[in-house]
Amino acid sequence: MDTQNLEKDSFIRKLREWDAAAVVEVLDFRGETTIVVARENLQRVAEFLVNDPGTRFAFLSDITAVDKFPIEPRFELNYHLLSLERRARLRLKVRLAGDDPVAPSMVPVWPAANWHEREAFDLMGIRFEGHPDLRRILMPDDWEGYPLRKDYPVEGYR
Amino acid sequence: MPISVETPTGAAETMVLNMGPQHPSTHGVLRVVLELNGEIVVSAKPHIGYLHTGIEKSCESKTYSQAITLTDRLDYLAPLSNNLCYCLAVERILNIEVPKRAQYIRVLLTELTRIASHLVWVGTHAIDLGAMTVFLYGFREREEIMRILEMVSGQRMMTSYFRIGGLALEPPPGWLERVARFLDSFPAHVAEYEDLLTQNRIWLARTKGIGYLSPEDAIALGVSGPTLRGSGVDYDVRKYFPYSSYEEFDFDVPVQKDGDCYARYLCRVAEIKESAKIVRQAISKIPAEGPIRTVAPGIIPPSREEMKTSIEGLIYHFKIYTEGFSPPRGEVYQAIESPRGELGFFVASDGSANPYRVKVRAPSFVNLQALPELVVGRLIADVVACIGTTDIVLGEVDR
Repeated sequence: MDTQNLEKDSFIRKLREWDAAAVVEVLDFRGETTIVVARENLQRVAEFLVNDPGTRFAFLSDITAVDKFPIEPRFELNYHLLSLERRARLRLKVRLAGDDPVAPSMVPVWPAANWHEREAFDLMGIRFEGHPDLRRILMPDDWEGYPLRKDYPVEGYR
Repeated sequence: MPISVETPTGAAETMVLNMGPQHPSTHGVLRVVLELNGEIVVSAKPHIGYLHTGIEKSCESKTYSQAITLTDRLDYLAPLSNNLCYCLAVERILNIEVPKRAQYIRVLLTELTRIASHLVWVGTHAIDLGAMTVFLYGFREREEIMRILEMVSGQRMMTSYFRIGGLALEPPPGWLERVARFLDSFPAHVAEYEDLLTQNRIWLARTKGIGYLSPEDAIALGVSGPTLRGSGVDYDVRKYFPYSSYEEFDFDVPVQKDGDCYARYLCRVAEIKESAKIVRQAISKIPAEGPIRTVAPGIIPPSREEMKTSIEGLIYHFKIYTEGFSPPRGEVYQAIESPRGELGFFVASDGSANPYRVKVRAPSFVNLQALPELVVGRLIADVVACIGTTDIVLGEVDR
C-alpha cells in the first residue's frame, strides 16, 4: 500500500545534500513522509523539488491549512506534492505564527496553488505574499472573520 | 450586496457578460464573468461559493462516524467515492485493515457509481450541445444502477454505505445476480450512446479541437481525472497508488492525446467500459460469505448478533454510538480516483473523538481552475462545451 515512500530516503538525502539547513524536521506517520521547512526556505525548496531530475514534484495536489489554536506556532500549511515520474507523494509543512500568518505564494512554482491559496486565505486568514489575485473564494466578499479558524464558532457569530 | 461586474482587462471595446449563477449549462450554481470582444472570449473568471455549506467545519464537530454522512453531500453524483475516500483516510489513521470481501464490494460499488456519474455527464453534456436523446438513454441505465444501490444500502443517492472498518450492512441475497444482469445488457447500451455521438458530425464540430489543454498546463494547474487523461497524461490513482485491492484487478486506463473536448469524451466513454470490466471481475472475486467489517473492539461496532448476546459487545456498541472512538494523533492524506479525478481527504486527529481537521481535495474545484485556460480566445458558444467537458459538480467545488 505504501509504495509511495520507497524513495523517501533518497528525496530527503537529496534535499540535505543540496542544503543541509533546508530540512527542519522529518515526520513519518503511517508511511507518509512530511518535510518541515522554514517559511524563508519554502520557495527555494519548492523550486528544487520541482526542478531536480531526481524528484520532479511537478504536481501540486492540495494545500491544507490547519489551525492549532491555542498552540504556537498556530498555523500549519501542508503542501501535498505528487511526482508523476517517481510515483511518489510528499508533504511539505510550513509553520506560521498566529500573529503573523503570512507565507510566500507558490503560484510561480505551481500555478495550481492559486485557488488553494485563495481558499486558505478565505477560510483561515492566511495571507500569501506575491499572490496575483488574493480574494475570498468561497465566502462572500464582505464576510468578516475566517470560518475555519478554531476560535470561530461553528454556528457563526450571532 | 450588489454584484460587481468589473472589466478585468479594462479594454474599451470589450463587453462583460455575466453567465450564471443560474444557467442551465453550469450544472449547479456557477457564475462565470466573461469578457468578450465580439464573439471571442478575452477573459473568463469563475466565481464560486454559492453552494458553500461549510462541510469541513461541520466535520470538526461530529464524531468520525457521523462525518461520513456529510461526505455524501460533496460530490452528489458519486457519493460512494466520497464515502470510500474518507473511510480509507480514517482507517489509515487507525491502522486497520478491511476484510477482502468488503474491499471487493467497495470496488464494485464505486465502479458502478463511476458508470452512473459518467452517464449523467455524457447525457447532460450532450444536452448542452443540443443532443437530447443520449440523456434519456443514459438515465435509463443510471436508474438501474440507482436501484442496485438502493437494494444494497436502502438509499439511491446519499448512501453512506461504507463505514469505517467495512460496510454498513450485509448486502441482500440476489444483488450480485442483479448486477450481473445489468452488465449483460450494458455493452449494447454503451454502443447506443456511441452510435449517437462518436461519429455524429454535429458532435464532432462542437467538440473536436475545442477547449485545448496541453499536458504541461494540465499538470501545472493540478488537473486530474479524465480531464487530465484527455491531454495524454496517464495519471490514475488506481494504478499509481492502488487502494482497496485495485492492484488485483485487470483494467486499462484510457488516455487520449488530443487534449480537446472530444478527447475527454472518448476517455470517459472508454472509462465506462473499463469500469464495467472491473465490476465483472469483482462479481467473480467476491466470496459468498465472510466478514464485511473488521474486528477492532472499541473502534468498530460489533455485529448485531454479538451486541445482543455478549456484555462486551453491548458496552462497545453503546460507547461507540454515543461517544465515538479516539484514533491516535496524526494526519494522513488519502487520495482515490473519483469519477472526476484525484479526490483527496486530509484528516488530522488530535487524539479526541472528533476529527481535528478534515480537508477535501475536491477534483472539481481544481479542474474548474483550468476553465479560463480552455475558453480564452475561443468563441462564446464553446464556453458551454468547455464547462461541460471539465465535468464539475458544484457541491464538491463549494463544499
